[in-house]
Amino acid sequence: MNSIDKPTPSTTTPTIVVREAAAPRPRWQVLLIRPETVTLVLLVVATIVASRLSPFFADLGFILESSTYYIEFAIVALVLTLVIISGEIDLSPAAQMALSACLFGTAFKAGLPMPVAIGVSLLAGLVMGAFNGFLVTVLRLPSIIVTIGTLILFRGLAQVLAGDKSIGGFPSWFVGIDYRMVGIVPVPVVVFVAASVLLGLFLGITIYGRQIYQIGTSEIAAIHAGIRVRRIKMGLFIASGLVSSIAGLMVASRLGSVRYDLASGAELTMVLIVMLGGTYIFGGRGSILGTFLAAWLLVIIATGMTVANIAINAQLTVMGLLLIVSIIMTNAIYARSQR
Amino acid sequence: MSAIARLLRAREAGILVMLVLFVAVVSLIQPRFFSAETLRIVLLAVPLILVAAMGQMMVLVARHVDLSIGSILGFSAIAAGMIFRDYPELPLYVGFAVGVLSGAALGFVNGLVVTIFKLPSIIVTLGTLSLYRGLLFILSGSKQIDPNDIPEPLIRMAQTSPIDIPWIVIIAYAVAFATWLFLTYTQVGRQIYAIGSNPSAAPLRGIRVMPVTILVFTLSGALAGLAGLIYAARFGYVNPGITGVGFEFTVIAAVVIGGVSINGGVGSVLGTVLGVLLLGSVQVALPILGVSGFWQNAIYGGIILIALVIDRTVRQGGLRGLLARGGA
Repeated sequence: MNSIDKPTPSTTTPTIVVREAAAPRPRWQVLLIRPETVTLVLLVVATIVASRLSPFFADLGFILESSTYYIEFAIVALVLTLVIISGEIDLSPAAQMALSACLFGTAFKAGLPMPVAIGVSLLAGLVMGAFNGFLVTVLRLPSIIVTIGTLILFRGLAQVLAGDKSIGGFPSWFVGIDYRMVGIVPVPVVVFVAASVLLGLFLGITIYGRQIYQIGTSEIAAIHAGIRVRRIKMGLFIASGLVSSIAGLMVASRLGSVRYDLASGAELTMVLIVMLGGTYIFGGRGSILGTFLAAWLLVIIATGMTVANIAINAQLTVMGLLLIVSIIMTNAIYARSQR
Repeated sequence: MSAIARLLRAREAGILVMLVLFVAVVSLIQPRFFSAETLRIVLLAVPLILVAAMGQMMVLVARHVDLSIGSILGFSAIAAGMIFRDYPELPLYVGFAVGVLSGAALGFVNGLVVTIFKLPSIIVTLGTLSLYRGLLFILSGSKQIDPNDIPEPLIRMAQTSPIDIPWIVIIAYAVAFATWLFLTYTQVGRQIYAIGSNPSAAPLRGIRVMPVTILVFTLSGALAGLAGLIYAARFGYVNPGITGVGFEFTVIAAVVIGGVSINGGVGSVLGTVLGVLLLGSVQVALPILGVSGFWQNAIYGGIILIALVIDRTVRQGGLRGLLARGGA
């Protein structure tokens, strides 16, 4: 026996530190250090800067029109927010968009009527989501690596279905969803806003919504509290698949054709929107409001770069940097407010 | 337990069996698959994956993941290619140094961000995947490095060497051997396993987790950079929009098939080499079997998931263990 095993006797007598209960932070301070506030401030700053640089940005119609490309991903990002709050992650939605859209295209080419083809696509979304959910909740594999695997699988199957050709020739009522307007607002934006409100309410005031937070905060505690963790997670993955297939159909409608590389690389965009919105990467914190604001922030930044003639490839640099900076910021803010 | 039984129970045995079965089945269907020429093609196809897989394996063993290696490969290949193109008078090793060092630098940044801010590596490297790709577009001015800009000696490295095996094959297996030495016989190598096995216990054993983790990411980047040069040698061009795109998924597939656990702490060079060879055989077998190349990614994805499930069942004592614990 050597002395290292014993507690060293030389430690000073324990002094009892009397700590006073910290006074509750004033309400404005609590509100101010939320990540969503940062997103909002950035959004306002970006809008002001952009409208100074180009008169286009003063025009709401222009922003709404140019937003449709990102809005498709933002709609998926709303569900991804719930998935990340529950402590999981789904990297496969972009590939799910591609596969369900290619299935839709193939079904249409095979002569099936449009409603059936759309039904096939939505069903495929459900099945893909359930497959992810099965691997994560039943086989208990980590969602990070599972969804990397299914990302490759789904994208690969889309490639098998569609080859390197694009499938098009859809009826005219289906094509051009981004040109259909409700007032001055394109339909995809209406869908996005409606989905934001619905999911925001779901997450904020329903029991299921609150349980998602609890799962993300501490899964073990959630199990002990009788929350059906696996069922909820399964539901979230299925929702993610379903919303991906809807987004895939929207892309198919906007482009008028589908290819296997539809939405390729969009996993970054989706994760970026969620992270910019201040959702905590380790789960348990975040909000639909944040994701909603972040989507618009991204629209302004991306459109701004395009107006400023920055090549789309060079924009990748900014997107990557934004992702890293936003997780660092969000982590810092949560670390501060947790003290 | 006899030596043979122990050998059979090793993780690597399973992969070897899979590899042998695969070759046997394909050869039965299409006898011309079983030939020296096929072996040559497989050996030639894998150096690229093998070199990068060594880095990714170390990252996974340390319980991280590096999604940015495809972009690092592209960046290093472009950087080296620009040296070759703009300074043709410089010797070849300058280009090599630029490629490997730029890869190491990008990997170092990954490691730094992951460890300083304690962020999940998957999100960080997803960000740098995009960041580095954007940087390489800016660096190259979106211009391709054309075949006639790649120096002749570099191209020859993909074809011959004094002993009739292409240099890049020799380099790849030398890297694998060096990795094995590093992971088996050096203190730092063992510490990587310790960190991955139990990240909270490792610092208590006096392991400095931060520098070791940064080192692992740096090595992964450097090896991806080396892979970039192998790419230039083998394909004879470097394109900013093509080179290395999606490469990370191939490498992760190879490493996961090779029995490296995504939960860290488990993985061997031998297993990874076998995983790479299996993936290379699949790649070569598809056209011989008359299967469209479009199937390749779907098969890779499927193999990853199967390998994950096998890894899971092995760790939980077989299917019964998995089902028994499935109650919650």
